[in-house]
Amino acid sequence: MKHGVVKKICAGVVIGAVNGLFGAGGGIVAVLALVYICGYREKRAHATAISVILPLSLATAVIYAINGSVDWHALLFTAPALVVGSIAGAKLTGKLSPVWLERIFSLMMAAAGVWMLL
Amino acid sequence: MTEIFYVLSGLFAGVAAGMGMGGGTILIPMLTLLCGMGQHMAQGVNVAAFVPAAIAALVIHRREGRVSFGESVPIILAGICGAVAASLLAGGLKDEWLKSAFAIFILASAVARTVTGEIKRARAKADGNGKTGKENDK
Repeated sequence: MKHGVVKKICAGVVIGAVNGLFGAGGGIVAVLALVYICGYREKRAHATAISVILPLSLATAVIYAINGSVDWHALLFTAPALVVGSIAGAKLTGKLSPVWLERIFSLMMAAAGVWMLL
Repeated sequence: MTEIFYVLSGLFAGVAAGMGMGGGTILIPMLTLLCGMGQHMAQGVNVAAFVPAAIAALVIHRREGRVSFGESVPIILAGICGAVAASLLAGGLKDEWLKSAFAIFILASAVARTVTGEIKRARAKADGNGKTGKENDK
């Protein structure tokens, strides 16, 4: 029982650290940390990740805002577009090949990473 | 004019997020590479833009009874400590350093994702060809 709590604390710190350092990636890291550190099954890890991400993102957003690292003008345009896009994305799911989507997405992320390093 | 790119970046990242592919990791490079925003600002915009999306997801999943908070309390408390510490650290880093660290992070996760995805599919295919795999029950 106590052992489980220690594992949860470790997972929490890892998830929070990535979310805070990069302002992103918390969801992916949360699922991985819950599976590999806490030994959750994938389904349970996904459900738990949803409840964990919001408070952590809030904490991160507050610190970034205090540091002056939030461009409010850009946010005004990005945030509503993000909501519209995610509704469209959720509706599109199942209509496109998930395997190829994943491959294209991974390729794009790798390309973006290389471009940012140049 | 930049506003159009903000909207396009948000839409594109939103679609990716809606399909469960992680929108934050895509919005940040779009903001820096396409809109010329600094790394700190892009990360700040991303995390702030995802708060409403996270609220919506939480409400929907909670209504369907898929989320229980009780057992997540230690994760959340430790997570907030980690998030605050790392946010403060990020604030103290040079913009170029943070950008490079982020680039390595997305590059590594793209490679890891591809490798694990292909292995999983290859295994599923092998299981489908006769053998019964316990992997499917997980």
